[in-house]
Amino acid sequence: MIKTDNNNNIYMMNCEAVSKRCSSSLKNGKILSVLFVGVGGQGIILATAVLAHAAINAGFDVKVSEVHGMAQRGGSVEGSVRLGKKVFSPTISSADLIVALERLEAARYIERLSPGGVLLVNDYEIYPSSGFAQKQCHAPDAGKLLSEATGNFLFINAVEIARKLGRIKVSNIVLTGVLSRFLPFEDDCWMEAVKKNVPKKAININVKAFISGREFFNK
Amino acid sequence: MKNKGNLRLLTGNEAIARAAYESGVTVASAYPGTPSTEILENIAKYKEIYCQWSVNEKVALEFASGASIAGARVLVAMKHVGLNVAADPFITLSYTGVNGGLVIVSADDPYMHSSQNEQDNRFYAKFAKVPMLEPSDSQEALDMVKDAFEISERFDTPVLLRTTTRISHSRSLVSTGSRHGSFTGKYVKDARKYVMIPAYGRSRHRIMLQRWEKLEKLSEEVKYHTVYKPAAKEITSDIGIITSGVSYQYAREVFKNIPVLKLNMTNPVARKAITDFASGRRLLIIIEELEPFLEEQVKSLNLKAAIAGKEFFPAYGELGISALEMVYGQLFGTSLFTKSGISIDYPGKYYAEVKDEKQPGEPVVKDITGSMINGLPARPPVLCAGCPHSPVFYVLKKLKAVVMGDIGCYTLSVLPPLDALDSCLCMGAGISQALGMEKADSRLKSRVVSVIGDSTFFHSGITATIDNAYNNGTGLIIVLDNGTTAMTGHQAHPGVGKTLMGDDAPELKPESFAAAAGIKHIKVVDPNKLSELEAVIKEEMERKELSFVVCRRKCVLIEKKKNKVIVTIDQNLCKECGACIKFGCPAIELKNGVYSINGMLCTGCGVCADICRFKAIIIKNIK
Repeated sequence: MIKTDNNNNIYMMNCEAVSKRCSSSLKNGKILSVLFVGVGGQGIILATAVLAHAAINAGFDVKVSEVHGMAQRGGSVEGSVRLGKKVFSPTISSADLIVALERLEAARYIERLSPGGVLLVNDYEIYPSSGFAQKQCHAPDAGKLLSEATGNFLFINAVEIARKLGRIKVSNIVLTGVLSRFLPFEDDCWMEAVKKNVPKKAININVKAFISGREFFNK
Repeated sequence: MKNKGNLRLLTGNEAIARAAYESGVTVASAYPGTPSTEILENIAKYKEIYCQWSVNEKVALEFASGASIAGARVLVAMKHVGLNVAADPFITLSYTGVNGGLVIVSADDPYMHSSQNEQDNRFYAKFAKVPMLEPSDSQEALDMVKDAFEISERFDTPVLLRTTTRISHSRSLVSTGSRHGSFTGKYVKDARKYVMIPAYGRSRHRIMLQRWEKLEKLSEEVKYHTVYKPAAKEITSDIGIITSGVSYQYAREVFKNIPVLKLNMTNPVARKAITDFASGRRLLIIIEELEPFLEEQVKSLNLKAAIAGKEFFPAYGELGISALEMVYGQLFGTSLFTKSGISIDYPGKYYAEVKDEKQPGEPVVKDITGSMINGLPARPPVLCAGCPHSPVFYVLKKLKAVVMGDIGCYTLSVLPPLDALDSCLCMGAGISQALGMEKADSRLKSRVVSVIGDSTFFHSGITATIDNAYNNGTGLIIVLDNGTTAMTGHQAHPGVGKTLMGDDAPELKPESFAAAAGIKHIKVVDPNKLSELEAVIKEEMERKELSFVVCRRKCVLIEKKKNKVIVTIDQNLCKECGACIKFGCPAIELKNGVYSINGMLCTGCGVCADICRFKAIIIKNIK
């Protein structure tokens, strides 16, 4: 499956191969680590909850670590989900998969990606306001920083997809949908997880968002 | 879909709350503090349990002890520094004992994710000779709280449950049970037990020491220490790990082939179980975060085995997989086993140089002062757009005040560009510190100002205010009243008019307490009215008598009334002086040399319009 990003760079992203690799790792008793990063308020905790419950539905043990308090204060946020037959540590060292809801945070956390790991990046940037006062108004090229570190990353225009659905706020669920293609869980595991965790009034739009993400490669 | 239907994914805090419910608890108290806050917030969801935010942790524990004496099962929760505040009742509660079970949760914060220190509260249990349990995941948190109530009543003692951030805030699968009704004891008068005059206290102390011996026997019971024997092909009987809490999880992942003794009760520690485990082993690796709490006790047993502890694991910050992998490499090189077995004379042989400040596994870029590192700008938490604290610090900076601050959202004013805080020590400290500065050097009198939030004021600012009034302070005390306990998630406090459980409550006002202390110069201002704010602060700084100014405006995140305005910067008038950027509002942006307002973030407070002396910031009403 070939995908191009905004700069028309071509990345080979064979999600089926990654999914198969994850599946056999899990069968061998290995623990999979998925790291979510972004800016406070982007919905990282919800994304970790959806993945965690999908993994539980698929029969795995799960541990989730999260940082509370940054939702309103615009700070850097990370949350992780570890899954496997039996998970011990709630925190990760290196991640098999990183889902970044923001470009600069993707660049910040890239060194946590394990060799061969996959990075999914929301093609969206929030410049830190504390940087304005330093007159650092030229944002570094996150894409360049990422490509210097790994070839295994992909920009996803999740904000655009969410905007078309009518709600930018569901970008995090769009990305979770994309992520789902790299993991060996059945559809119904994910659907139940999405419905269980999103606000009751917003179930429909979030299901649509998840499906949009899941169908991202069908273009 | 293979759903583990009877298991729930809970944080440690949620599990503790559930355990209180299942244990028949009927009273709970706390003061908000990360990482403990969610314990009471979740207990409050159970209508069978009376919950309250107390003014501070000392009061919360005293209140809880009263409920316990009256026969209820009570749970109190606090963060690690909260136990410092509650230490007075805590130490003596070990003498009086309890009636209904009393469980105190101390949620420690290794790495200081959101605290002013990373103290190791396990020493409090040792200090008070109070039994302590340390869960290593959410299921254990639930089970241990339930057991703690049994221990508390059986041995007539408060019990400490000690968690850390990674237990309190991590989620893992939990099997929950049910509540078999409320626990209801009866009050029985017993002055010799509850009134700690010296004569009674002395006899209670001896009772407490006898109890300690019984607890030491209890700690040897099988459920309080678990030995894990790896199933791997190569086991080493020469080496063993001793650990507790979340460190147990890291040990299981990294030191896969080594047997682990996990201590569930960590005060007292089971000396016989440790000695038995150590028997025949040449090396014991003690894996614990922060202080060598277990290590020192193991060393005091004078075992034959060599002990590897704090020479390898740092006494600061958190542990994790990376930290343990590094130590694994230091201790054993790349291979745990040599052909002839392990030859370790003393772990000191493998001592590696102390690394730099970087935490293993931490992202490279983590400088909160805002400078670029490795090409990436830092992203620290900042005061929100529209925060009523920002104008106060803007003015204090302009007036070159020395600002003795305190704990809350407003502590963020220390970061650039505001850079407006000189000190933040602990709850209520700013007001007392300001008096200290004034008495030490009278030249500072006109410059020193103390700043405190409304919740923090009720917590420990009143006593400090009285001290200023009584000891003839001449400074300026500023209360930042945003109508909530904001930083921890907008909890209620005595000034808000509502309790934790949603009942109406009297709205206490900080200025009433200032008046009661006899302070003559008390003012209340709206911090968003910038010129009036500046005039008042300037006047009161210059005044040679004690002043008390309340800056009152609701936290922008809970303010229901929205300003129906659009704020923009007129590029023709903008002189690019940068004054607005120095205000630090995240909605004011400077991109490619152009100053602009981000409409999505702006809350329309309008303060920036007053800051711009070229009147380039325009506020337009929208209908």
